[in-house]
Amino acid sequence: MSSMLHIINKSPFERNSLDSCLRLAKPGSSILLIEDGVYASMGKATHAEQISGRMEDFSFYVLGPDVAARGLSDTPLIEGMEVVDYEGFVDLVAEHEVTQSWL
Amino acid sequence: MEEWEEAGPEVVKRFMYVNRRAPYGTIYALECLEVVLVAAAFDQDVSVVFLDDGVCQLKKNQDTTGIGMKNYSKTYGALDDYDVEKIYVEKESLDARGLTADDLVIPVEVVAAEELREIMTQQDVVISS
Repeated sequence: MSSMLHIINKSPFERNSLDSCLRLAKPGSSILLIEDGVYASMGKATHAEQISGRMEDFSFYVLGPDVAARGLSDTPLIEGMEVVDYEGFVDLVAEHEVTQSWL
Repeated sequence: MEEWEEAGPEVVKRFMYVNRRAPYGTIYALECLEVVLVAAAFDQDVSVVFLDDGVCQLKKNQDTTGIGMKNYSKTYGALDDYDVEKIYVEKESLDARGLTADDLVIPVEVVAAEELREIMTQQDVVISS
């Protein structure tokens, strides 16, 4: 398994980290949203289609504790987005050979 | 009480605090909230604005137990106790995130950018974070 885990921790409304990641990540990679990056998982946001249109290219994950902290547990997330806890975060890091953090 | 205190401030200025950052990821949102609450003690004409990711500060149902940080979203409710009643949220910012006023922890005045522009123009001091 040689795919890469991309980690996004910036809001897509404020920074272009996710844009750049979606442009440069190789299909088959995984993308994990953490901290302010979890705002990218909001299902009713204007940019939601940008992610849902790439579901076949990437596996998308979002960190549950960061979703809950920001009050997003009561809002629909983008369909196909998998919520993971901290243990799931560790598993993802362990399962991928390389991790890239888009700071 | 000293005479000058009873008289109140001689000059009342219009202060606007503009919140544009999401909570928790950075310290800006909490710092601005604290500044507003301190400044409210000085009997000035205070407005607080939330736009861009700043609207996320007011999202209901925040639960920070999983990230080990203090949930300060309930503190926005104290703005009313401090007589800070002019709280504006930009409609365009809510729309972009698929949010409405019902998603927010306190009652606010939702204003379109066009209207917010006029309110901003009327201020003496604008502090942005």
